[in-house]
Parts: sequence; C-alpha cells; structure tokens
Amino acid sequence: MSTLNIRGLEVSVITEKGHIEILRGVDLTISSGETHAIMGPNGSGKSTLAYSIAGHPKYTITGGSVTLDGANVLEMTVDERARAGLFLAMQYPVEVPGVSVSNFLRTAATAIRGEAPKLRTWVGEVKEAMTALNMDPAFSERNVNEGFSGGEKKRHEIMQLELLKPKIAILDETDSGLDVDALRIVSEGVVRAKEANNLGVLLITHYTRILRYIKPDFVHVFANGRIVEEGGPELADKLEEKGYAEYVGA
Amino acid sequence: MSVLATNYLTPTGREEAWRFTPLSRFAGLHDGTSVISSVESLIARDALPAGVTASRISRELVSSVSQSEDVIVQRVHAEAETMFHLQIAPSIELSEPIHLKRKQMQVGQAELSRVRITVGQGARAIVIVENDGEVILGEDIEIILEQNSYLKFVTLQEWSAHSVYAARHHAIIDRDATFESVTVTVGGSLVRILPTVEFKAPGSSAELLGVYFATAGQHFEHRIHVDHAVPKAKSRVNYKGALSGNEAHTVWIGDVLIRAAAEGTDTYELNRNLLLSDGARADSVPNLEIETGEIVGAGHASTTGRFDDEQLFYLMSRGVPMDEARRLVVRGFFAEIISHINDEAIQERLMVGIDGELAKVGE
Ligand SMILES: Nc1ncnc2c1ncn2[C@@H]1O[C@H](COP(=O)(O)OP(=O)(O)OP(=O)(O)O)[C@@H](O)[C@H]1O
Ligand SMILES: [Mg+2]
Repeated sequence: MSTLNIRGLEVSVITEKGHIEILRGVDLTISSGETHAIMGPNGSGKSTLAYSIAGHPKYTITGGSVTLDGANVLEMTVDERARAGLFLAMQYPVEVPGVSVSNFLRTAATAIRGEAPKLRTWVGEVKEAMTALNMDPAFSERNVNEGFSGGEKKRHEIMQLELLKPKIAILDETDSGLDVDALRIVSEGVVRAKEANNLGVLLITHYTRILRYIKPDFVHVFANGRIVEEGGPELADKLEEKGYAEYVGA
Repeated sequence: MSVLATNYLTPTGREEAWRFTPLSRFAGLHDGTSVISSVESLIARDALPAGVTASRISRELVSSVSQSEDVIVQRVHAEAETMFHLQIAPSIELSEPIHLKRKQMQVGQAELSRVRITVGQGARAIVIVENDGEVILGEDIEIILEQNSYLKFVTLQEWSAHSVYAARHHAIIDRDATFESVTVTVGGSLVRILPTVEFKAPGSSAELLGVYFATAGQHFEHRIHVDHAVPKAKSRVNYKGALSGNEAHTVWIGDVLIRAAAEGTDTYELNRNLLLSDGARADSVPNLEIETGEIVGAGHASTTGRFDDEQLFYLMSRGVPMDEARRLVVRGFFAEIISHINDEAIQERLMVGIDGELAKVGE
C-alpha cells in the first residue's frame, strides 16, 4: 500500500520576464488502487502538476510538499523518483534519436528493478506487452518515439507502464489523439496495470470517454493552478455538460 | 632520411584555409622542418583476396591524377619516395572489408605518405583504414572509382595523444559510381583532414559521413570540399561531433561548389555538434556556392548545442540515472554514423571509447 501525498504545492516557471506562478497550492492524496481523474481548462496547470511531481527541471517548486510513503519526493532526482515508484505518461513523449526502443526498455527495466532482467524471460515479457497493446514488434528496433504517430507514442507510454510496474502513475492526456479502438486498447492496458500491481492512478483528461474504461473513484476540477472542486464520477458528467464556466473567471 | 625542401608557400595562419589550424603544433609538417623518415607505415592487415593487389610504386612511375593547393598534399606528391597502390580489379565483388593498418613509427620522426586506391569498373568493395600509434604524418589518399563501381571507405583516426595527422582523402568518381566514406576522428593532438570529392561524369554519387570527439587540448579539423563540375551528380554530407574539456577545438568546413555545367545536381550537407562542457569550441561553416539554377536540390544545416534536456528528462523519468542517460543520448547521437561501419568489433570499440571520454566529462 503506497500513498502519494501532495500538500500546498506551489510551482513557478522562471523566464526572462521573471517568475510566473502556475500552481497555487495543490492538495491531493493518491493511494494504491485508487483512480483520480483531474479535469480542467487548457492552461490551468495540469501538466505542470504532472511534470513537477516527476521532477522536470523547467519547474521551480516555491512551496508545499510532495511525499511518497513519507519520503520527500521533491528532494529526489528525476531518476530516483522513478525508482521510488512514480511514473509519468507524458502528454508529449520525447523523441530520442539513435536509441532503440528495445535498448531503452531494457535499460529502464534494469534501472527500476535494480538488476538486468534475464534475457530469455525479458524478450517474452516485451513481446507480450507489445501484443497486448496491438503494437507491431518492429517497434522494438525503431528509435524511441522517433517518427511515431501520436497514438503510437501513447501506446508506447502505456507499454512502459506495464513493464516498469510503478506504484503511482500520472497519465497526462493519454487519451488525446487516440482513435476509438486505440482508446479502448490503451485503457485496457491501464486497467491491467492497476489489477496486476494495485497501481494508484492520477488521470488527466479532457474527455469522459476514457473514464468509461478506467472508472475514477474521485474527480477533481482543476482551475487557475489549484483544485477547485472534488466529487465522484458523476462530477465528470456534469463537467462534460456544463463546462468550466462556474470555476473560471471571477 | 631527408629534410623537406622549402620552396613551397608555407602557410602563415592568415590564409582562409589555415586560419583555424594551430600551426605551432604542426610539428613542422607545414613548413618543412620535420625530419622525414624512410619508413612507409601503411600496410594491408591480412592477406588480400583474389582480384585485389597492393604494391609500392616509385615516385618517377606514378601518374598524376589530381592537383591540390594544399601544401601538405604538394609535399607528399613531390617528396614521397613511393606510392602505396591498392587495386581492386574490375567486376570484383568483395563481401568482406579490406583492412589497412599502420606499422609503428619511430617517435619524433615524420612521414609523407602517398596512397592510391583504384576500384575497377563495376567492382564493389569496402576498405577500412585503421590509423593508430604515435605519428607525425602528412598523407594524400587518392581514391579512383571507375564507372559503375562502389566503394565504402572507412578511416579511423585513433592516433595516440601526441600525434599530428594532416591529410587529404580525395575521391574521383566516374559515371554511375558510388562512393561512401565514414571518417572517424577520436585520437591525436592535431588532426586535419580534407575529405574532397571530384565528380567526373553524370550519375556519380558521394556520401561523406563523419564523427569526431575532441577532448581537452585536441584540435580536429575536417574541411570537406565537394566539386560538382558535371551534371546529375549527387552528394550527401553528414558529420557529427562531440566536444568536451578545455581547449577542445573542432573545425568543420563544408564547401560545396555547384558549377554552371552541373545541372541536375542534388546535394545536402549537415553538421551537428554536441558541446559537453565549457571551454570547448566548435567551428562549423557550411558554404554552398551555386552557379546554376537548374538543380534538383541544394541545402545545408549546421547546429551546435548542449544536451537536450527533454531527452535526458524522458530517460531519467524511466529510472535511468543521469550518467547512463547521457551515455545513451551520446551513443544514439553517434550511432547514426557509426552504424555504417561494417565491422561490429570496431563499432563496439568506438562506442566504448566514447563512453570513456564521456565518463571523464563529469558534471
Ligand atoms: N515558459 C513559460 N512561460 C510562460 N508561461 C508558461 C511557461 N511554461 C508554462 N507556462 C504556462 O503555464 C500554464 C500551465 O500550463 P500547463 O501545460 O500546465 O497547462 P495544462 O493544464 O496542462 O493545459 P492543457 O490542457 O492545454 O494541456 C499555461 O498557461 C502555460 O502557458
Ligand atoms: Mg497539459
């Protein structure tokens, strides 16, 4: 049983023009087995929250705390956070030229597991994860995300989620850019990871469709850099109908 | 043993072609003060396959096939006692690379080396030159591709720390012949190579690939010159370099000339440099001169930058430690070129060498 505890998190980006405050005190607790959906308008700071938890160097933490089972996440390097059990499926996965998917996956699995996976079982494991997500095995030999379509990048993220078996995963708009079949396939991957590892999920999305596959226990409305309302799955339906008008503006 | 004659135009360092080169470290190759030994270092590593011969031809019997304004090339032509000639007979198709290597030189002595490689009509071959040891070496390699032939020409500059190597690698490419080169420069104090191409007839093509990795104090200079003087020839240039450490200096010049007669030319050149630390300097000067509008395409690009933070973040967010992430990115950066060397042991040796250089970079 793991818990990611976010308390009063304040985050800025530093530009030539000075500090730009983006997160203004986020409180959120995610435990193993739970699914939290975050919905909110463009630019409200959802990706900033995701990246800040993962440790992206662009963001400066100006206040608050993030702990995983009591350990101070904000003091950890990016790779330490991943090894501690955090995973971020990115809204825009990065291309890494010259690094093959198979080399990348094996390097990551070795780092996370603390030892190189046995070659024989590993090959089978990767193949199984690819097949389950309807990915052509030829992807193994391609360079990480290079020339992948939007949907292929998202499948690749969820494949890593299944192979790396984190405790808590943040999925940043994993559903964006997926066709209806891919949405189902990718969602099933997330559900498998939840069931296999009692994964806790923080799901950032703009649409209720993915929530039909990955049923949220909690829905949070995000606006202007903080959570402004919380509720159950019914809140998502209300947002889809009425939009964010009552949360933004004044 | 002889001392170089001095009736050449000794470069002063103010000339365009020499403005980047630290002449004080040239061990006298450029001004004729080097002591030239009689050792001829280039030899074949293994027994040569059928249809391939290597011989030494004395200077008086060598025909002239190309000119150069470069003082090193002029000295080599005038003073090398013999020319090493590797000949690949017409129509021969070799599946295995031919390896050339160096006999060890006496430290402090210089060599002027003249080399010619002739690939007969319709022949296909791969030649790999493994350059190591400590040298002061001026060299001219003329590579003649007869009609319809193919040559992949790989040179590895893995010289030891105090070496000086100044060379021209000059390809003369006939109708429908294809030349590919992979130039790797990772060792030596001062390395200055002129990879040059001369197209003789339409349908000829050249792909010049290169990688270099300069660390503290090393000067690696590659001056490409591709001369499109005939119609319908194609050229591609792609050099990638990494630099780390104080006074690491690389120079990449990409001169491509499309003459008025060269209608239907198709050319693109690219140079990318990765700066791994402060104190290193990469000069990159692409230069496209176009005298006809009737071409298929002509372009160039040059970038010099540091590690891509997004790439490192992505890898680290999957648990990969910083050092390892940097290693993956740098290996990936070079893999595009190194994968063209048809010898896995050499590929792995170069990658391990790169890992080693990278490990020294630190934070
Ligand atoms: N370098 C920067 N300079 C100025 N503003 C920035 C910078 N980086 C981020 N921002 C701003 O921070 C805000 C939050 O961005 P973020 O990507 O977190 O939004 P989001 O909620 O994920 O939006 P979306 O739904 O469109 O993905 C945006 O208004 C964005 O423009
Ligand atoms: Mg976003």
